[in-house]
Amino acid sequence: MTMFENELKKGNFVISDCSSCKTIVWPPSDYCNNCLAHVTWRKIDPVGKLIEFSKKEEMIFGIVELEGKIRLIGTLKINSSDISEGQCVKLHSCSYDNGPQFTFVPCNGSY
Amino acid sequence: MNKVAVVGYGNTKFSNEDKSIESLLTSATKSLFDNTKNIEQDDIDVVLVSTNDNTKYLSAILSELTGISPKIAHTVENLCSSGTNSIVSAYSYIVSGLADIALVVGADRYDCPGQILKWDVSRGEFMHPVFWASVFTKAHKREFKTTQEDLAAVSAKNHTNAKFNPHAYSNKTYSIDDVLQSKFVTDDLHLLDCSRPCSGASAVLLASENVAKKFEQPIWIKGIGQKTTSASLAKNKDLTTMTSTKIAAKQAFDMAKIQVNDIDVTELHDAFTICEIMALEDIGFVKKGDGASYVRNLYDTQDNKINPRGGLIGSGHPLGATGVAQVIEITQQLQNKAEKRQIKNANVGLVHNMSAAATSSTVLLFQS
Repeated sequence: MTMFENELKKGNFVISDCSSCKTIVWPPSDYCNNCLAHVTWRKIDPVGKLIEFSKKEEMIFGIVELEGKIRLIGTLKINSSDISEGQCVKLHSCSYDNGPQFTFVPCNGSY
Repeated sequence: MNKVAVVGYGNTKFSNEDKSIESLLTSATKSLFDNTKNIEQDDIDVVLVSTNDNTKYLSAILSELTGISPKIAHTVENLCSSGTNSIVSAYSYIVSGLADIALVVGADRYDCPGQILKWDVSRGEFMHPVFWASVFTKAHKREFKTTQEDLAAVSAKNHTNAKFNPHAYSNKTYSIDDVLQSKFVTDDLHLLDCSRPCSGASAVLLASENVAKKFEQPIWIKGIGQKTTSASLAKNKDLTTMTSTKIAAKQAFDMAKIQVNDIDVTELHDAFTICEIMALEDIGFVKKGDGASYVRNLYDTQDNKINPRGGLIGSGHPLGATGVAQVIEITQQLQNKAEKRQIKNANVGLVHNMSAAATSSTVLLFQS
């Protein structure tokens, strides 16, 4: 497993920063995809923006952008009447079980 | 530069049959030999197999099973656009002078592993393509007021077109209402908005200019555009635009010195209904946002110049075969041999194929 997947298994979302040009490397890799230098790992800022979403039965899913660069698809634990594209969301939990799982909640308000 | 033509083709029926990948490949190859005069196994310099199947060494296996001893033989895999990537590779072997005749055979089974890109962690648990397609659809609806009825028109049109394709998976026709009544896969896609994986194979024979003269009605490859912007969904900044398609189309038009208005017949990659609408816009048939009304007009006027064989939605989508089958359709159209699907006076044709949420696209231009 990769560093990213190992940390996800522990419930940690870590991302790779280039040690040289400081680019955020996403999807994660051992090398920078800009200058091919080694990366260092750190925890992500969990606050992001909902780019777009859809729904399958009762499950809402959508593309979220974190740190202005990292885009991924996650589950959105948001009431369907309260959801809107562009809204602030935060990473609620993450895990890895035969694949990654990301869950987001609204930045403000309860879940 | 050496010119390259399509000089032969063969197809199997696209179906949910449980046939081995080797059987599919040899069936399409036999069909090609049956359809093509003046070709012997010893004439073939290159055998390329386009597939996402996990079986190893398939081009050598196909060669042995069909009595061919090629100079060059290997597999090409690039998810859904493997077929058109293979044709570009075969074209390159011929243009370079390494080969005069290349056989390209694409095949996949209904349970093909190429539907999921497990590497892409940015998809989270939403690995199936239906999830990115739903989000693309929602974004297009939001920005351009595209409706569920517009999307349904793509499916209804392509199923109608597939009725006259003897190799298509589907022979059923559906109205817009039928599509809208089909099961919701997500809030933004009905079941009939989606192409389906199936078993099938398609084969084409490419030849250099000198050799092509001995075949009937060679169809020339005039333009090639290919672009890979990324592998992950994460790099797709504009969810309503297929950037790799835009770039590939420009490359192909520049190479061929052909304008979009010159195109008589087109094969587009409609894995989902939204993909056809976006491809029409990104290739330049219409301006951004007008793809839906263009498709509605095609449906209302029963115009089959876009996806005459039924697209992926009507024909089925055996991943490795799809791009090859698209090329066969344009070849038949330009040879005036497309029977009930024939577009009148078709001289210039376009093939568009893509992979993995349009992170990679190919556009090919053909002329009779």
